[in-house]
Amino acid sequence: MEVKKRTAIRSMEYGDFKNNDYLEKMVDELNRDGAGVILTTIDEVINWGRSNSLWTLNFGTSCCAIEFMALGAARYDMARFGFEVTRNSPRQADLIMVMGTITYKMAPVLKRLYDQMAEPKYVVAVGGCTITGGPFIKSYHVVNGIDKIIPVDVFIPGCPPRPEAFYYGMMQLQRKIKVEKFLGGVNRQEKEPKEEK
Amino acid sequence: MNIQEKIAQLVPGMTVAEQGEAVITVPADSFRKLAEALRYDKDEPMDYLRDIVGMDWGEDGLGALYYLESSKTYTRIILKTLTADRENAFLPSVSDLWKTAEIKEREAYDFFGIRFLNHPDMRRIFLREDWKGYPMRKDYDMSSNPLNMENEENADTTDEYYLNPDGTIADQKNIVFDEKDFVINIGPQHPSTHGVLRMRASLDGETICKIDPICGYIHRGVEKISESLTYPQTLAMTDRLDYLSAHQNRHALCMCIEKAAGIEISERAQYIRTIMDELQRIDSHLLFYSCVVMDMGGLTPFFYGFREREMILDIMEETTGGRLIQNYNMIGGVQADIQPDFQRKVKEFIKHMRSVIKDYHDIFTGNVIARTRMEGVGVLTKEQVISLGATGGTGRASGWSNDVRKHHPYGVYDKVDFKEILYTEGDCFARYMIRMDEIMESCNILEQLIDNIPEGEYRVKTKPIIKLPEGNFSASVESSRGEFCVMIESHGDKTPYRLHYRSTGLPLVHSMDTACRGNKIADLIAIGATLDYVVPDIDR
Ligand code: SF4
Repeated sequence: MEVKKRTAIRSMEYGDFKNNDYLEKMVDELNRDGAGVILTTIDEVINWGRSNSLWTLNFGTSCCAIEFMALGAARYDMARFGFEVTRNSPRQADLIMVMGTITYKMAPVLKRLYDQMAEPKYVVAVGGCTITGGPFIKSYHVVNGIDKIIPVDVFIPGCPPRPEAFYYGMMQLQRKIKVEKFLGGVNRQEKEPKEEK
Repeated sequence: MNIQEKIAQLVPGMTVAEQGEAVITVPADSFRKLAEALRYDKDEPMDYLRDIVGMDWGEDGLGALYYLESSKTYTRIILKTLTADRENAFLPSVSDLWKTAEIKEREAYDFFGIRFLNHPDMRRIFLREDWKGYPMRKDYDMSSNPLNMENEENADTTDEYYLNPDGTIADQKNIVFDEKDFVINIGPQHPSTHGVLRMRASLDGETICKIDPICGYIHRGVEKISESLTYPQTLAMTDRLDYLSAHQNRHALCMCIEKAAGIEISERAQYIRTIMDELQRIDSHLLFYSCVVMDMGGLTPFFYGFREREMILDIMEETTGGRLIQNYNMIGGVQADIQPDFQRKVKEFIKHMRSVIKDYHDIFTGNVIARTRMEGVGVLTKEQVISLGATGGTGRASGWSNDVRKHHPYGVYDKVDFKEILYTEGDCFARYMIRMDEIMESCNILEQLIDNIPEGEYRVKTKPIIKLPEGNFSASVESSRGEFCVMIESHGDKTPYRLHYRSTGLPLVHSMDTACRGNKIADLIAIGATLDYVVPDIDR
């Protein structure tokens, strides 16, 4: 059976999203490896559930985290998308949302929390600081991009990103989860996760 | 007799800087004597140590600037002392005169490697304990400390250096936590520490015996970066320090540069800046309300606070283009003129805020659980807050009148009529009420200003390259959570020789130990929340 690449979210159509090429690549790979009818159907159901109840571990270190708080309040209301549940323990979280500058002193802590999370796990890097070091790129104490420490699934640029940008990034993650192979795929990754290029 | 003459009598070897601010240079061996005399002066005790700014003067050696203020007369002076020995830089400690020096001297040690004699706790404060070298020194090699992914171990002992009678320097080990202490770790990644602050607390049963704050998890090296930026470029960092005082921080830096470069800004820009500062204060206090309540387990008031906060963000966004980080103040004025319906929206907001504040109090202030958890908890006395340098609402909750807007007016604060809110209890509840009352007071200030914005330029033209004359310059503002001060030393270039920010939060974090001792561990969250610090501003 063909794995469908049509991943729309609510009223956002497939074509409304940018960066669709990576999804297409994932779908191609899945189809090439062969996807069984039953497994694919179950996968779809599971992934539908997974993508609509993403539990976040908030790793907010500075300014960007305040914009995240605005997401939680009534106007932007992230409960509409199913990721209003935030966990303070890495063991119970599906994704880690890194918001704010990561310094050398913090880097081992971030890595440790990431390692403590259970598979399948995702990383969302929010803000210029997490992507490249942002305004502090020349500092002696700032990590120039968290992808040097942990693999990142979605980057949300901005300083700080607007709440709308948060949503766009989170929807991109949902779409990624929707096309993943869950059974025999991401649910049992024993090897070290590959570094993203 | 003015203060300079008084100092000249005590220390004949002193000199006063001719350019910039009157910095009084005192030889290191008579510094301690002078500090004691000033601190305990009868008429004008210099009992508030605003800041200690470590310095590297290259060939001349290492040293520090001490910014002092009297809580009685509000006179300010600046002392400077230095030592020529770069390898073994020792200065006398003043931590027994001003408690805040305990943490400020640790900062000078961490950045410059200056060790303070008789300071009981000479550990690093921001950087890792195994960090090599001192980053703020001019000869520091920026690549000497690559990223180290090893977990950091914190020592339980610390060093104290003292002078033997024969003039040699010896050290002894002091104990931070000994083996019998029951120590629990809070943070650095904890939702109720308002950022990435880490504290080690030792307990006796449920009672807190000691708190040892460990900072630096968001130390971005802003001051060092600024030394290689031109003055207009340095502005970019201020909004990101204490992002809930973004306008005020930037206001301070702009004011400092304008003062030094002799730029007069228009009346209109002054008004706009002051209005923005007050909007920012309301914004910050609303967030404070939301966070305090959420930390103590109430969720509904969180939505109240954010509902009104979004209104302010909308107003700001229309004019400045940013929600949280606005980059609005510029050298010479502000970046853009206010939007046509700015005034109408502010007035609407004031009206709305006054109509809903009752709900805020109904749902939380009068609540019996809230009262019991806050009243009489985490008490700081007036002497303590002055000695700790805990400015802002925290100081005013203990009866210390320290509002920069009143005592050293800037902007157009001398044209408005407003009350400085003071409480005397010094407990969590007083600190909470200060902020709630200040929201209303800020509305009053806004009301007086909003209809009177004069016509004129919003920004005066400045030279394309801004150079400051030689000397030291400083400017302070009342930010949302205390006195924020910018200190610049210029050597005549287009980049600062040294740019230092007085953190409003560092003294507040330092106060945690004093405020928490003897209270229950469960109260720690309420005490921390009402002290109201923002961590990126502490670590800078
Ligand atoms: S990206 Fe900008 S807003 Fe976000 S943490 Fe970094 S400096 Fe702050």
